[in-house]
Amino acid sequence: MGVLTRNIDLFVHHFANTLKLFAVSGIASLLLGIFLAMLRVSPVPVFRGAGTLYVTVVRNTPLTLVFVFFVFAYPYLEIIKFEFFTAAVVALSLYTSAFVCEVVRSGINTVPVGQAEASRALGLTFTQMLGSIVLPQALRSVVPPMVSTFIALLKNTTVAAGFSVREAGAIRDALSELGEDTLTGMLWVAAIFVLLVMPLTYLQRVLEKRWSVAR
Amino acid sequence: MSTVLFDVPGPRARTRYRAYAVVGSVAIAALVGYVVWRFFDTGQFEGRKWSWFEYKQIQLSLIDALGRTLSAFAVGAVLALLFGAVFAAARLSDHKWVSAPAAVIVELFRAIPLVIMMFFFYYGLPSTGIKLSAFTAVVLSLMLYNGSVLAEVFRAGINSLPKGQSEAAYALGMRKTQVMVLVLLPQALRAMLPTIISQLVVLLKDTALGFLITFEELLYWGRQIGGQLQFGRPLIPTMIVVAAIYIGLCLLLTWFANYLEKRNRRNKKVIKLDEDKAKMVQLGEASGVSGTMGAV
Amino acid sequence: MRVRTLAAVLLAGGLALTACGKEGTGTDTGAPAGVFDVAKDVKVEGSPTFEKIKARGSLVVGVKEDQPGLGYKDPTTNKYTGFDIDMAKLIAAQLGFAEDKIQFKTIQSAAREQAIINGDVDYYVGTYSITAARKEKVSFAGPYYIAGQDLLVKKDNTDIKGPDTIKSKKVCSVTGSTPAKLLRDKKLVEPDANVVELQSYSLCVTKLLDGEVDAVSTDDAILKGYAAAEPDKLKVVGQTFSTEKYGIGLPKDDKALRDKVNEILEKSLSDGKWDEIYKNTLGKSGSEGKHPTLEKY
Repeated sequence: MGVLTRNIDLFVHHFANTLKLFAVSGIASLLLGIFLAMLRVSPVPVFRGAGTLYVTVVRNTPLTLVFVFFVFAYPYLEIIKFEFFTAAVVALSLYTSAFVCEVVRSGINTVPVGQAEASRALGLTFTQMLGSIVLPQALRSVVPPMVSTFIALLKNTTVAAGFSVREAGAIRDALSELGEDTLTGMLWVAAIFVLLVMPLTYLQRVLEKRWSVAR
Repeated sequence: MSTVLFDVPGPRARTRYRAYAVVGSVAIAALVGYVVWRFFDTGQFEGRKWSWFEYKQIQLSLIDALGRTLSAFAVGAVLALLFGAVFAAARLSDHKWVSAPAAVIVELFRAIPLVIMMFFFYYGLPSTGIKLSAFTAVVLSLMLYNGSVLAEVFRAGINSLPKGQSEAAYALGMRKTQVMVLVLLPQALRAMLPTIISQLVVLLKDTALGFLITFEELLYWGRQIGGQLQFGRPLIPTMIVVAAIYIGLCLLLTWFANYLEKRNRRNKKVIKLDEDKAKMVQLGEASGVSGTMGAV
Repeated sequence: MRVRTLAAVLLAGGLALTACGKEGTGTDTGAPAGVFDVAKDVKVEGSPTFEKIKARGSLVVGVKEDQPGLGYKDPTTNKYTGFDIDMAKLIAAQLGFAEDKIQFKTIQSAAREQAIINGDVDYYVGTYSITAARKEKVSFAGPYYIAGQDLLVKKDNTDIKGPDTIKSKKVCSVTGSTPAKLLRDKKLVEPDANVVELQSYSLCVTKLLDGEVDAVSTDDAILKGYAAAEPDKLKVVGQTFSTEKYGIGLPKDDKALRDKVNEILEKSLSDGKWDEIYKNTLGKSGSEGKHPTLEKY
């Protein structure tokens, strides 16, 4: 307990940064991911190809490599300079958006084609069909795995600790500089993560249960 | 072919799509072109930045680094599968005192970030006198995290088998262990194989986290060679090579998963899983983290 | 032509990587390897370590491999170069072992004491600070170099003149290291916003060259090594604000060998060998090298 109470400011500050990183890259990857999903389900082959290529490449690349690229290699290209925090947001968002895209896409694919065909036969316009037939059904199967994706994102923010972002993963370094007991400190970090992740897991499970019955 | 969102296009829609395709291609080409031009303009494709590839010592060190990545993957995968099987069985146990602790452990290790686990094993434990090598720290963390995820995959697989399977086995007079080992587990394993392999892809990618605790794997190698002044700090070239290797390896595994899935579909011995539950598992997989499986 | 070679190499790479290898020549990595006169018929009375070395017929020296100009392994040749390496070679020569009888072994900082205690290395030369805590486990000859925390900046930088001028600057050091701690403890920089921590000094130097940080801070010896590699781009400020005495790590109970190594170091300081080594390695940074005073015990 001592390590936590003595350094409460440090813990709060680092975890606040974790949450900030999580929130910013969460929103960014959601937007980018939906855009990519749009590309992947579009009727234009070029868009589908581009979306597929992006998702294939990014999903099979380790996140640490994406980080190394954006923090150390990217500056050589002399495009726009990033702060460490921004670089972390870019790396996390580009990486997570590929997973968001897949979740959205497979959600849309779970809607039977007959549903759309029936709605077209009834004379619904594209927007009507999307808004009242396809999306409500797709959403049910999208949300639970989306929560998993965000849990993964929350945990993945700790990779940024290796790239000079002072978030939860970097608490160890800070404690060791203060000469504190890092072992106990890290057990606290782990415990706080469990506390942060548990409600999300619970939410996901509830949604999954309720909606899988409703189908 | 009609898809969920779009009907088969008529002549006007086809023209419109063609126009989109042209505009889209131009936009994509412009973006890619800009990036490639930046690579060229900053000299990333110059011979000097790639000449490290010609040196025998560097090639050998690349093979060493790749070897370390692969061995961390292999050892981690075997341990994770074992851990997963043991804890899945424990969670399915009828004894509360076995299933409850197993559930807690599985839930805990899925909630703690891998990075924190690696730091714990590598930097935290030495203060208690236990010194682990970077390799051991990486492998242990991979086992605990991926093992916990796999435990859930196995459990979901077993739970989604038709009830008749276990009932028939019990009716034949099999004991619980026999039912599990001889009847349920083999079928669940086969049915969940694609999901298991996708999780192994995750494990392979996660070996790169060892970079953060100075485990000298592929990414670490790339950074080291990428910092060499005599080749003009070829970090971008080495990262391209490292990324290509990772992507290649992961695609190989993914391809293997797809191949198995196809073979499974033809194989009559495979019991069809309860559709909804199986789908749930696969969807979880799409998130790349295979979150909580099936509401069971 | 280049492009075609490259494509060919990439294609063939996976299959026959080792078949098309070229041996490195170790160009422009800094110092020409130090060559020293090998002493003959050396005797170190009462030194178990020396007996062991004699029996083996070769030396095993623990060093670092990631500090250019100091202790550095060229990845194209696997040859070690730098100030520490030349120091180790000089000692070896005076003990009667030519360069081809030395086997260099990379030992990470955290494993140094254990490697000496286990006898994995005969002696260790690699930015090894003499401290009371370490003296409990191993012993030190030297110091052969007195280092201090300093700042590495770009050659054209004029506003960073010393530790008091970095308050609002971004300063990079290695994660969780002593230099980073000192920057924070002494409040030399804004502790939160301006201390950048990365995994290695070479990454810090990369960021310095990018212009994303204003200075890199650690022992001047390490900084001089980087400046020596690119003297037209980098310089060491030269205002140290701590003291680290680098010693030769030796087994704890071997006083005979320690005395012998101290004798060798003393001689190198008086006959100009020390200066020669310095000039060939760290001296290329343009910074002066000050002689250390030995602390025998």
